[in-house]
Amino acid sequence: MISLRVNGGVHKLENTDPDTPLLWVLRDTLGLTGTKYGCGISMCGACTVHLDGEAIRSCTTTVEEVGDSDITTIEGLSADGPEHPVQQAWKQHAVPQCGYCQSGQIMSAAALLSEIPEPTDGDIDEAMSGNICRCGTYCRVRAAIHAAAGEEKP
Amino acid sequence: MMKIETGRLQISRRGFFASLSAGSLVLAVRLSGAQEITKIDSEQEASLSFEPDLFVSIAPDGEVTILAHRSEMGTGIRTALPTIVADELGADWDRVVIEQGTGDTRLGSQNTDGSRSIRRFYDRMRVAGATARTMLEQAAASEWNVSQAQCKANDHKVRHVISGREIGFGELVELAKRLPVPDQADLKFRPASERRYIGKDVPITDLDDIVTGKAVFGIDVRRPNQLFAVVARPPVLGGHVRKFDATAAREVPGVVDVVEIPPFEGPHAFQPLGGLAVVAETTWAAIQGRKAITIDWDDGDHADYNSEDFADVLIKSSRQKGKVIRSEGDADKVFQNALPESTLEADYYVPHLAHACMEPPCALCDVKIDENGNVVSCEAWAATQNPQASQDVLAETLDIDKEKVTVHVTLLGTGLGRKSKPDYVAEAAVISKAVGRPVHVTWTREDDIQNSYYHTVAAIHMKSALDTQGMPTAWLQRSAFPSIQTNWTPSARYGAEYETGQGFTTVPYAVPNLQVENGPAEAHLRIGWMRSVAHIYHAFAICSFPDELAHRAGRDPYGYLLELLGPDRHISLEGVDYKNHSEPFERYPIDVGRLRHVTERVATLANWGKDLPRGSAQGIACHRSFLSYCAHVVEVEVTKSGNLKIPRVDVVIDAGTVIHPDRVRAQLEGAAIFATGLVRYGEITVERGRIQQSNFDDFEVARIDDSPQEIVTEIVPSDQPPAGVGEVGVPTFAPALCNAIFAATGKRIRRLPLSRHDLSWA
Repeated sequence: MISLRVNGGVHKLENTDPDTPLLWVLRDTLGLTGTKYGCGISMCGACTVHLDGEAIRSCTTTVEEVGDSDITTIEGLSADGPEHPVQQAWKQHAVPQCGYCQSGQIMSAAALLSEIPEPTDGDIDEAMSGNICRCGTYCRVRAAIHAAAGEEKP
Repeated sequence: MMKIETGRLQISRRGFFASLSAGSLVLAVRLSGAQEITKIDSEQEASLSFEPDLFVSIAPDGEVTILAHRSEMGTGIRTALPTIVADELGADWDRVVIEQGTGDTRLGSQNTDGSRSIRRFYDRMRVAGATARTMLEQAAASEWNVSQAQCKANDHKVRHVISGREIGFGELVELAKRLPVPDQADLKFRPASERRYIGKDVPITDLDDIVTGKAVFGIDVRRPNQLFAVVARPPVLGGHVRKFDATAAREVPGVVDVVEIPPFEGPHAFQPLGGLAVVAETTWAAIQGRKAITIDWDDGDHADYNSEDFADVLIKSSRQKGKVIRSEGDADKVFQNALPESTLEADYYVPHLAHACMEPPCALCDVKIDENGNVVSCEAWAATQNPQASQDVLAETLDIDKEKVTVHVTLLGTGLGRKSKPDYVAEAAVISKAVGRPVHVTWTREDDIQNSYYHTVAAIHMKSALDTQGMPTAWLQRSAFPSIQTNWTPSARYGAEYETGQGFTTVPYAVPNLQVENGPAEAHLRIGWMRSVAHIYHAFAICSFPDELAHRAGRDPYGYLLELLGPDRHISLEGVDYKNHSEPFERYPIDVGRLRHVTERVATLANWGKDLPRGSAQGIACHRSFLSYCAHVVEVEVTKSGNLKIPRVDVVIDAGTVIHPDRVRAQLEGAAIFATGLVRYGEITVERGRIQQSNFDDFEVARIDDSPQEIVTEIVPSDQPPAGVGEVGVPTFAPALCNAIFAATGKRIRRLPLSRHDLSWA
């Protein structure tokens, strides 16, 4: 039996192979579908979640590797409280188009800001270049991250 | 359950409004033929002898429900079309609920592609809103015993303008639903000054759900007792399973079954490709199971297809006399008499591309079977741009009446044209039927890249004879590309009107002798349409070649382009096979003046000709597509070693009337980034009929660090009829970028993508 700590709760997983990527356990077993599949090989970032506060790709992280670390998904980013500053900034800048990659973008951005509270464009490019958006929202992603950091640029 | 009788169909109201409150006023708006409008009392059986396009519902508590019948894939259409209804109705947007329509021909076309949702449904949404508003005003007039002319609906209530009395929409429902529906000819539409939402950028309907992870895409649909499936498809188009061994697959924990999907019969159209489905308790188990199957494939007729060899065949076709599409003057004669030094020829080439939607194709089907094994019904939940085509292919696949098929449309994690083709929806139905449970099919990224409906591959030959000023006296452009028609007619060899008509036939330059031709080409892959479709390769050639001519003449490309566009005029294509997206030329002319205007605006916006250091330069291009006008200036910075940056993009669109300016800007921003990916990296190659790319590691797309750093957009204010937006920002980007690269490096890019080229300079 594997036990997984997700969004502050503990989930006991029966019949789950420890090699199973966290992504599919979140989506297909726990019903947390906010975390998306995009490539399965850590090339697109749609599956980004936080592992003890750090952004990881859940499509290539097995549940065994997670161990007893704390997982936060998009559903848990602001579960009971007000929206995370990144979510607020995303709305202010009308970032999403189709929305599919945005969970991963937001989780990557939130992790970036917890590490670098006032990132430069270069910091943002480096942290966010693993997150593909096929709608092409990158300019607004950059603007929203600056806004969430409290240094909004015109 | 409440049923609505129609001439032939019995359709549950739930098909239209899943959460309709009892006692609501429901308007079914018929928008075909005589534009009849009929009211349905939702408490009684009512008869409909027509096909409604749209429903507006007002509940007794005042909640207004507006049906969104076009698919949301990021354009904001689930917001923009309903705001037109809300504005005309006088509704308070905060009290409006958006419902997504299921596939139903009575709603009008739901095929969400071709950048036409606003163009096709702007007037119709106004009719729906005005009808409801008129009836509410009539109801209030009768309640107060005053003239209807004194009653005005605004802000979710009707006001008697003389006395100042007010009554809420909800309180008027009982009265309004007993009134006769006004004739459309008698409807009065609001003046623009009374609009509260059109032009005002209301937040998109799904914004809160998207940023909190609650939005439901096709991949997220969950039904009781469902299973997950992935499919092993033939690696070559038209191949099939010769034999297989699934013993090991069935032993993978979580795998429930292995189901054979038969190969398609006749033209592949939207039929499944065939293959073997692995059905499991989770997607991951299904993927593991698929890895464990051994399959011996018969590759069929396309196993000799090599894209590198085919490039030569295609270029050769584009250099030989082809089918004449448009001819003015006598270009051939001018070329015969022209000296070699006063002619210029160039061959452009754009390879196969894959859509690579962020959300790969996916759908869930629940096929119900009776005790005799006969299919009773099919309910589908799909990320589809085309629920009606999905309904059709499901009915065909299951051999049941279309009326027994319901297609729910989820949000789409991008569509890009791929999700107009519902082969993946049909796969889910075949598997669900076989296992007797709801089945969710997910395409892995590898499946998506390797089994798509590919953007075609195109060669375009350009030739000009030039006068002493370097302006063309004769102009020839000839394309060759496998046609989209081959999905239904595999023997088709020439482009269809809907392909050549995309920015090729309509070349806007003022040249006295002009010839437009198309040469033959065979298809060896499924050829699909992808965001801006044939405009991609047409605009690449037609907007690059003037830049070549300008540099040859030693002239500024912008000034040269304006001179080439010639005087403001409407181009007449009488006698030419060009259908103008089925719109009359009087309403949507080919207006060179509007094209020149966006070009001038973008040059101003970008400060064209500004001082830039060596290795940096601007490029310009303009083009009409989807009845709109668009121009780009792209600024590049190329290091000596050939590393390319795009510091700034300026783009101007004239799309006529605009409903949601911020989403138009978002589409232009996104189009530039989508196009960045295809110019930099986009190429699908084929060997022995097999796609050589498989995922984002070898089919690269644009990322935040290689995309334009700044994108400046401008929308030309216009009260002209609404035209396209979603695709319009794509065509001019690639030529403007490549024109800038030439100005910066002296390297002319005639074959995409850039990853094939060394951009270094000294």
